[in-house]
Amino acid sequence: MAVPKLEQLSKSVVQGPSLATGAIPTKDWMDIPAIFKPGNYAYPAKKEKVEYLNSQQGLHFPNAREWSPEDDDWKLPEGWKDIILKGLKERLDKFRSLKIFMDCCVRCGACADKCHFFLGTGDPKNMPVLRAELLRSVYRNDFTLGGKLLGEMAGAREMTVGVLKEWFMYSYQCTECRRCSVFCPYGIDTAEVTMMLRELLHLVGVGINWILEPASNSNRTGNHMGLQPHTFKDNVDFLTDDIESLTGIKINPSFNRKGAEVLFITPSADVFAEPGLYTAMGYLLLFEHIGLDYTWSTYASEGGNFGLFTNNELMKKLNGKMYAEAKRLGVKYIIGGECGHMWRVVHQYMDTMNGPADFLEVPKSSVTGTTFNNAASTKMVHISEFTADLIKNGKLKLDKSRNAHVKATFHDSCNPARAMGLIDEPRYILDHVLDNWVEMPENTIREQTFCCGSGTGLNTDEIMELRMRSGLPRANAVKHVIDKHDVNTLSCVCAIDRATLTSLMNYWNPGCNVCGVSELVGNALVMDGENRQELDEGLRTLV
Amino acid sequence: MKYAFSFLAVIALILIAGLGSQIPGMQYFFGVAIPYLAIMLFVGGFVYRVMQWAKSPVPFSIPTTCGQGASLDFIKQDKLDCPSKTSEVVARMFLEIFLFRSLFRNTKSEIHGGPKVTYESSKWLWLFALLFHYSFLLIVIRHMRLFIDPIPFWLSAIEGVDSMLQIGAPTLYLSSLALLGGLVLLFGRRLVNAHVRYISLNNDYFPLVLIFAIGLSGILMRYFLRTNIDIINIKNLAMGLVTFSPVINVKIGAIFYIHLFLVSTLLAYFPFSKLMHMGGVFMSPTRNMANDSRAKRHINPWNDPTIKPHSYAGYEDEFREFMVDAGIPVEKELSAVQDEA
Repeated sequence: MAVPKLEQLSKSVVQGPSLATGAIPTKDWMDIPAIFKPGNYAYPAKKEKVEYLNSQQGLHFPNAREWSPEDDDWKLPEGWKDIILKGLKERLDKFRSLKIFMDCCVRCGACADKCHFFLGTGDPKNMPVLRAELLRSVYRNDFTLGGKLLGEMAGAREMTVGVLKEWFMYSYQCTECRRCSVFCPYGIDTAEVTMMLRELLHLVGVGINWILEPASNSNRTGNHMGLQPHTFKDNVDFLTDDIESLTGIKINPSFNRKGAEVLFITPSADVFAEPGLYTAMGYLLLFEHIGLDYTWSTYASEGGNFGLFTNNELMKKLNGKMYAEAKRLGVKYIIGGECGHMWRVVHQYMDTMNGPADFLEVPKSSVTGTTFNNAASTKMVHISEFTADLIKNGKLKLDKSRNAHVKATFHDSCNPARAMGLIDEPRYILDHVLDNWVEMPENTIREQTFCCGSGTGLNTDEIMELRMRSGLPRANAVKHVIDKHDVNTLSCVCAIDRATLTSLMNYWNPGCNVCGVSELVGNALVMDGENRQELDEGLRTLV
Repeated sequence: MKYAFSFLAVIALILIAGLGSQIPGMQYFFGVAIPYLAIMLFVGGFVYRVMQWAKSPVPFSIPTTCGQGASLDFIKQDKLDCPSKTSEVVARMFLEIFLFRSLFRNTKSEIHGGPKVTYESSKWLWLFALLFHYSFLLIVIRHMRLFIDPIPFWLSAIEGVDSMLQIGAPTLYLSSLALLGGLVLLFGRRLVNAHVRYISLNNDYFPLVLIFAIGLSGILMRYFLRTNIDIINIKNLAMGLVTFSPVINVKIGAIFYIHLFLVSTLLAYFPFSKLMHMGGVFMSPTRNMANDSRAKRHINPWNDPTIKPHSYAGYEDEFREFMVDAGIPVEKELSAVQDEA
């Protein structure tokens, strides 16, 4: 399971026999079975995690068991095929997107080479069109006239254990990044297809631990990392200690405080591990700088939502804490930290699932007086929007020279770019905290950005080779600006990115740091009453 | 060899119509019964499919944003690619449906030694698709002359433009050439492009071959087998069909029945195939929704209000001692809880 050496993988992605690099499989894709071996699958969810989730109000995670993808027998429940087909029928009736995407594809192939998993693995089933055909073939067989009459001739096939195994393999080799959807003439979004596949698989007890364990943690302790309230507070307190030794500023953040103006929620990874910690220090410094009346919450201590990677019910349940806590504490609105999939949920799902948030006010920055009309209904503002507005109104004292050690580029995270349209706010911030920074090639940024390769709960170590392969297009674009402009820092607005891009850079482009945009803001802030040391590496400096 | 099947199927259709229509008494079947049946299947099927789609709700607002969204005043919104108002959505959809804007974005990626991943603009598919769809549309419009009497001015004007080059007599329509050209290119692309070839199904080749045969039979009829064809009789039949008083004249040649039978096949096949992308493109939620889900609440009809988060009370009950120890405020003090117990 060891990750291949860089030279080895570099050759393999170019020369390996694959459709991406020129070799055409001799067999029809329906005749190629999914074969599981160590390294090409994420570990199945632990039985007790599935049982815990299934025991929670409103959730349905049946058929918990010990099983292994490498075994022939997955111990599927009695009548599994009916469960799947019934589940599919139910979802066709609930989601117009699924029906349209099953019916409209013309297999024009525009999406084929847009997927980072396809580019990195060359596996034909990682072409978005073929990933969708894995489900579409079953849909045709059981739900369309043509498929029922003509069978395989019309591209239909029976639902079998082999098909189910294929679904498991390829729905977890998709990070639901929506890049294919940008290029599809009908906007077919593979994320919608993969989400449905994953929902269906959960009905028969097939899921991965790297998603279900954090999701269970989040339900119980409030965050994916499983940090209990006192530990969560301790972690933030450590950061304030670090800030004090670096800048001489003592910050006293509050937790679960009623009556604060703002509730701040960010992915728990930001208070858990490097390099997210530095981003969290950036938030702390920023809020201190403007004297914001805000509170952290240990109950709603997770911005991210691994429920998004399982099913609608769990996503809704985990997300529900944000509004529940905002209501309990009586805040006016919510500010959300840097995170990709978190903002997919907040922007496109939260209000619909758990709104209306009529107990909150339309967000209005008490510092600048700006009303965030784009968040008039959800009442939740992105930290980059909030920061950009502060900068625009001259409310921040910034010294770009404090980022002199940084030569940055910016990675658009999939969800902010393609499910939110948050593209220029972070760039506006970078323009004001850095002397200069450079863009990666145009086909790899903004709405065409490439995923880190490990989103949607795939950032687990046992599939590291896959992750390094699927991250290749992103890493390669970074390498381009490293070679051309001596870039040493890859900035982003996503907590998963901060973790996964770090592994990706260490592998493909050693020496390139990964940071959150708010870390760079924190670096540049000139604080009142500061007693700042010589910080050659900003907030990362060891003192 | 999936495409071979499509040729066989179309040849079979041609034989059925070519031979069948020559059997005395069968002209009515091929000239009237089949077209009516095909139209019924087309209209009924199309409506049924669209209704089927419409029956399923759009539970979440899921536009694919392809540019900067509406945000702060000083951040410039990309109104076409990230619409926030209905008018902007209409503009986005217009460009998508009439100019195939997403295909225009297409790139070709390659992995070279190093490794180095490269991207270059690739507009062939966009060009072939435009060529095919617009020439097909023009041809459909031109055929309206068979169903309208007198022929309106605008129709003659379109024909005038279409035969601008005045090649041969009767003048050659550019759209006829463009249609066949577009189909050959789209078909050729399916064979030559390794990705597309691997994913292509019978259902992908068949309509291309079928429409090619329709175009070819039409051209043969107009330019080469014209002597057999009595255009007046055909117009009479067409007018009769649309006025529900069809008359068949036995003088109409086999090539016409072949053409008509293939068109009927296309109509009948349409609603049950991928050709429904014509309807689906209007209804795709990733394209036809405004990116305003934080500004306006989108309603999900099946949203389940009974799904509640793990409650704060339950959370505090589990961690109260730790919270109190850490100085985190609690709703119920430890002493209060002890009193209850």
